[in-house]
Formats: sequence, C-alpha cells, structure tokens
Amino acid sequence: MLQIKDLHASVEDKPILRGINLEVKAGEVHAIMGPNGSGKSTLASVIAGKEEYEVEKGEILLNGEDLEDLAAEERAHKGIFLSFQYPVEIPGVSVTNFIKTAINSTRKAKGLADMPAKDMLKMIREKSEMLEIDRKFLSRSLNVGFSGGEKKRNEIFQMAMLEPKLAILDETDSGLDIDALRIVANGVNKLKSKDNAVVLITHYQRLLDYIKPDFVHVLYNGRIVKSGGPELAHELEEKGYDWIKEEVDA
Amino acid sequence: MDLKEKLVSSFLAFENNIDVDSPVHDIRSEAIKAFENSGFPSKKEEAWKYTSLNSVLKHDYSLSSKQENALDYKDIKKYFIHNIDTYKIIFIDGKYSSHLSQVTHDGIDVCLMSSALNKDKYKPVIENYFNKIALKDSLTSLNTAFSNEGAYIHIPKNKLVEKPIQIIHFSTGNEAALMLQPRNLIVVDENSHVQIIERHQSLTDNPVLTNSVTEIFADKRAVVDYYKIQNDNKNASLIDSTFVDQKDQTNCFVHTFSFGGKLTRNNLNFYQNGEHMDSTMKGITIIGDKQHVDHNTLVHHIEPNCESHQDYKGIFADSSTGVFNGKVLVDKLAQKTNAFQSNNNILLSDKASINTKPQLEIFADDVKCSHGCTIGQLDESALFYMKQRGIPEKEAKALLMYAFSNNVLSSVKIPELKQRITNIIAKKLGVNIGFDL
Repeated sequence: MLQIKDLHASVEDKPILRGINLEVKAGEVHAIMGPNGSGKSTLASVIAGKEEYEVEKGEILLNGEDLEDLAAEERAHKGIFLSFQYPVEIPGVSVTNFIKTAINSTRKAKGLADMPAKDMLKMIREKSEMLEIDRKFLSRSLNVGFSGGEKKRNEIFQMAMLEPKLAILDETDSGLDIDALRIVANGVNKLKSKDNAVVLITHYQRLLDYIKPDFVHVLYNGRIVKSGGPELAHELEEKGYDWIKEEVDA
Repeated sequence: MDLKEKLVSSFLAFENNIDVDSPVHDIRSEAIKAFENSGFPSKKEEAWKYTSLNSVLKHDYSLSSKQENALDYKDIKKYFIHNIDTYKIIFIDGKYSSHLSQVTHDGIDVCLMSSALNKDKYKPVIENYFNKIALKDSLTSLNTAFSNEGAYIHIPKNKLVEKPIQIIHFSTGNEAALMLQPRNLIVVDENSHVQIIERHQSLTDNPVLTNSVTEIFADKRAVVDYYKIQNDNKNASLIDSTFVDQKDQTNCFVHTFSFGGKLTRNNLNFYQNGEHMDSTMKGITIIGDKQHVDHNTLVHHIEPNCESHQDYKGIFADSSTGVFNGKVLVDKLAQKTNAFQSNNNILLSDKASINTKPQLEIFADDVKCSHGCTIGQLDESALFYMKQRGIPEKEAKALLMYAFSNNVLSSVKIPELKQRITNIIAKKLGVNIGFDL
C-alpha cells in the first residue's frame, strides 16, 4: 500500500529526513518509535503533503502512485488520514458540519453526489457511540476548548467517518488518560481491516499494549535504524533509546 | 461647473418646487449655507484621512431623475427579503414607488418623509425630532438642504411591530449618473419594538452617489433592530450617516453588511441620553477589486450604567482598502460604563490594506472599556488541517472566513435575513457550500 524509497526531506533548508525506506502492506500495523527530534512527526507531515516540507530526494508511493505532485486534499481523497498530534482549533465550525464538509468534499472529488443527510446522521450516531462521544460534543466548535483527550478522540471519530486506507496516528496517546486511551485504541482496532493499514507514531510503548503492531521501526536522526517485531518495542521500553544511539553513533 | 457649485445653484430650483412656508424651510436654507461654506470633505480632515471622495465626485450627476421610472417586481424580487411578510418603503431613482411599496397608517406610521414634512398631522413629530441629532458636518448638511424624500416611521408607545420594515432605494441607470439624498426619520416611542432592513441597489453600472441620512429616536425601553445591506454594483457609492438617540433602558442594534459598491462610508453615531441601556454596532465587510469601505463610529456615553458593544470583522482581497475609526466617548458623569470594541481584519493579498484606529476618550474614573484590533492572514495550520481532511483549499479558506465573521452573523435576529446574508457571503467567497454552521 505505502512504499517510501530513500526519502530525504527538509524544512527551511534544514535536512530532517535523511533516507527513509519503509513498506507498509494492507492489513498491517506499523509502529514508528524514536527519541524526540528524530523526525517522526516530519515523516507523518511529509506523507500527508504539508507544503512547508521540501522533498529533496526519493519518493512516496501509495498503491504504486507517486504522491509528489498531489496536494494535501488530493492525498486525503486517495485515502490518507493523519491524526494530528496537536489538532487545530477552528472557532465557528461545528464538529458535525466539519465532518460533513470533509466527507462530501471527498465524495465530490470521486464524482459522487453528497451523502444523503439520513445516512450521514446514522453514520455519525454509530461512530460517535463507538467512541463514547456525547452528542452535545458534536455541535461544539471544532476542537475549541476541548481537553487533550477530547481532541484525540475527535481525531479518531473523524478517522472512523472518513474510513481511510492509510491512517497515520501521530502521538495519539499523548495527553490521554488510561480510559481515553482504551476507548481510542478500541476504536482503532475496530476500524482495522485487511484492506487498510495503520502507522502509529509514538514515543512510548504504552499505546502498543492496546494496538498490537506487526512491525516496529526505530527512527533516529532522520533514518530508520532498526526494525523488528513487537518485541523491539518492549526492549525499548526497558532499555530506553540510548543503546540505539550508541549503536548508531559508533 | 463642479459638483459643489451645481448643488448650491440647484438649491433654489429645488426649494421652488416645495412649500417654502414649511417649518423645515429655515433648516434647509441654513444647511445649504453650511455646505456652501465647508464644501465636500477632503483628506486633510482627520475624519477623512484614509477616504478620498475625489473619484466619486468627478461625475456629472443628475440631482433628480427626469422621468418617473417603473420596475417590474419580478425583475427586482431578489433584492427583497421576499419569503416573509414585511412592510416596504420602496424608491426608484429617489421617487416613491407606491406600486412596489406596502406602507401603513394602521396604529403605526410606516410611510414617506415627503408626506410627513408636508402634512399638518405630522407637524409635532417633525418639530420635535427632525434634524435634532443629525450633525452639522458638510455632507449631513448637504442632505438636510435637499431633504424631502425617504422613509418616515413612527411607532407609538407599547407596539410590537411584528413585520420587519424594508427600505429599498433602487436606481435604474436611466440617468447617466445620479446623485440621491434620501432622508429617513424613525421615532420609536416607549416600550415599542421595530426591525428595519435598509438597502441601496443600483441596477446598472452607471455611477450613483447616495448621500443618506437617518435619524433614529428610541424612547424609554424601546428596542430598535436595524440592518444595513450594502452589496451594490461596482460604480455605486454610498455615504451613510446614521444618528441614534437612546433613552433609559433602550436596546439599539445596528448591523452593517458591506459586500459591494465602489466606495462606502458609514458614519454611525450613538448618543446615550439615559441610563441602563445597551448600544450594539456590528459589521461584516468582505470586499475585493479596488473597493473601499470606511466605518466611522461614535458612541457617546453621557449618563451612568450603560453599555456599548462594537464588533467589526473585515476581509480584504485584491487591492481593496478598509478603514475602521471607532470612537468611544465617556463623559465624567457616565460612571459604571461598560464599553467594548473589537475590530478584526484578514488581508488576503499584499495589495489590500486596512487602517484601523480605536479612539477612547474617558473622563469618568469607574468604567470598564476595552478595545482590540487585529490584522492578519488566514491561519496556515488550520488550512492544512482542513485540507488533510479532504476539504479543497478554496472551500477551506471560505469556511475559515465564514467562521471568522460568524460572531457578527449570529446576532442577526431575522432568520430569513441571516440566510440571505449567508448566501451573499458564500457567493462572495466563490463557494457553494451550505453554511449552516
């Protein structure tokens, strides 16, 4: 589904990614871990098409198609979803209307008519119940005055509504208490299927107790320096990142 | 002959056509002298520093239309709020159109300034209120000198006027260039409540200059809810001077929606002659090309325990320019005043500009006054967030701009009007998304 080949990217002429290679197949869950500043969030933003990042070299393919010339919204239409580490507050736009606009924009891009209001409401009800989201919450301005946990739950709610092919969850566990973490993880697990893929970006092992990865990669200094199975995450939890740094820097 | 000379010399002819024994004769004569002495304002005057009238004064305006022009309702229906029942006072090229209007004398007077100025039964109201709060500046004086036609609304006490009143001035373009001087008088007695929608609409690209003056008097506990829709054609300019006199426990709102026209200047003056009252002025300006909108507001807090709220949002594209000049004056007597003012602007291009200038003059020592102005661009991180969810750039920008102006829209109390303004905004932003946020 996703193939990243020798990806180099920079922001304001400062190189951040220095040759990333990654392949994610449909049905898989990959975890990308690493110390602060290693380039994890940059990788997520570059895949999603944030314009400030300059791709210097390499390519990102989604189902064989090069994403280079596609704008962020076109990548979204092709099924890429990024759950933001810091979701943006948009006063004056309700959660419901935002998601309606997002869904219908995607449908329009695919040449489909707007989703009938009845179906939309039914879907909103189902997905919000799955994530234990209060109805009142849906009429509030998007992310405005939401707690950290509410913002993350709202991200997963949008993911559930948009049904992406490739979901990248950037530090979705940060700011969540244990109950919220369980709800969010349950949501993600229910959305997982053999046809889609999930990339979890996380600093800690905690989230991986709830969402089991098939592969774990360690990002350091803009490169994937180690890959393995779920046991790698436990090793990192026990030993921290220093041994990786030493190994790489040696 | 320049426009000033033309106006002064045509005053005699104008007066010949109307009753010189009328009580307003002296007022008009004095006013034309005041205009003759001062002439049109120039950028040298502080209040006109950022707005030049030169480009709108250069046309050879006709001062009245030579013929009675008629319009078919079906051709102009779209300019009305037509899906609800309303009173209507409609003018075509400055002349009253009985055919398009729906006026009343049934318990309330919703009719014409020309009858009010000429008929004896209105004499006491005219003597008490006409030209009592209008300033004596040059443009208001010019309007006063030629005051003859416009809306006259008198709501006696204890009346809740259930239908909104629409005042619409159409210009047909039958004159190569036309100057209009509408004059409105609105008197709302104790405990009464009225909603008014005002619009100026030219139907062609021929130049039109409207110099409009409105005086509003709200007696004790009255509620006046006034909406101005300014979405005129590209060669139509408007100078609107509105004066509001409020007594104890009144609530007056003026919403100004400025989306079109070549040059628009709004002079909005509130005088709080009483206690425990609230004055609200809000505006949304969305313009582009070389359009210019200037909001010049004044709230004069004269007595204690009153509030005022100002909230103006502006979005400027292309080479458009805006001005916000908001003055809050708190007299020494006006203790416990709460006065709030906010002016937020988004510039969408490097060539657009806004000059914003809050002026607070406070002579009382126990007051709460705040003001804030911002000038910025659209939030890039919010745009990326929306695009990531599949919303195209144009729609994402429109949604952000709509959300930005939503504070002002949310206080519009006529749902059909709110929907209409929303549609105009969507059209203005070039998108077709149902904004029912």
